[in-house]
Amino acid sequence: MLQSFAILLVFQLAGEACTQLLHLAVPGPVLGMALLFAAIALRPALGYAMRTTTGGLLQHLSMLFVPAGVGVMLHAGRLRDEWLAIVVAVVLGAVVTLAVTALTIRVLADRMPQQEAGEE
Amino acid sequence: MRPALNEIWVYLSTSPLLHLTLTVCAYLLGDWLFRRSGRRALFNPVLLAVLMLVAVLMLTNTSYQTYFAGAQFVHFLLGPATVALAVPLYFNFSKLRRLWLPLGVGLLAGCLTAALSAIGLAMLFDASAATTLALVPKSVTAPVAMGIVEKLGGPPSLTAILVVSTGIIGAVIGPALLDRLKISDPAVRGFAIGTTSHGIGTARAFQESEEAGAFSGLAMGLNALLSSLLIPVLLYLLGIA
Repeated sequence: MLQSFAILLVFQLAGEACTQLLHLAVPGPVLGMALLFAAIALRPALGYAMRTTTGGLLQHLSMLFVPAGVGVMLHAGRLRDEWLAIVVAVVLGAVVTLAVTALTIRVLADRMPQQEAGEE
Repeated sequence: MRPALNEIWVYLSTSPLLHLTLTVCAYLLGDWLFRRSGRRALFNPVLLAVLMLVAVLMLTNTSYQTYFAGAQFVHFLLGPATVALAVPLYFNFSKLRRLWLPLGVGLLAGCLTAALSAIGLAMLFDASAATTLALVPKSVTAPVAMGIVEKLGGPPSLTAILVVSTGIIGAVIGPALLDRLKISDPAVRGFAIGTTSHGIGTARAFQESEEAGAFSGLAMGLNALLSSLLIPVLLYLLGIA
């Protein structure tokens, strides 16, 4: 478990270092994810070894957003003044984005040459 | 007895341990309530934990800075967790290879829809320039969205809240909306939720299945990449930033 965690930190660090050195617009952890993916593709054993730890971490992913969410208390004034615009943009924006994304994928996937079910 | 109790409180309230403990316990309590409610969407554990913590902080007159000194240890794990998404992604790669074109176009459509709908709705309801800017990357995972807004001169901490709210909304209404649209493929469901609702949506998608979670995590990562490239250009073209 500790090994897997160390690997995650090393790849995050590598990601952060690359984005800083090369002035990339990509965030460090996202690049770290891409690098780890490449490493596992080269050595699948790494993926199998890390699976338990990452599964545990990702199971509680939503807890990690709580501290940022509590920051709502910093913006009480602005939220009171502009609550209508914010609520509509957040709620309606999420509905539209979700629907457009899902329907685009389904329409395109339906047009692709179908593979036989139960392959894989 | 009273002064001693007071001293303990003064000591604990300034130590990071108290607010770290409160954060984890509030989340566990929120998660317990969520499961007790029969997993009703409105009992979202993040939403409940945030409400409980804000109430406690206001009652005890604690500033967000003091709270965050403890909570930052939880916040920090967002980075390693993002990296960890590579693992489920690898185990679902065969399906990704088959669906890459529809998923790629869907991502582009979703990324543009998220940004343009935010701008359009904000303008329609007379939001201030700072609020509009903070709304644009609300479908992008928090650390990246904050980086985008900061570079454009907007308020990053407001963005963080809008990102979390969008995540919660997507997690709350996403599965029902996808049912109504008759989207049943876990890969497509996960990808759409991740494009809209980043990590909080991904956490929700993992509850549906590992496959949905993996594709949601993939969408979150790709949307972070694409948005950090597209949003500055889009705002420049629209003359907003």
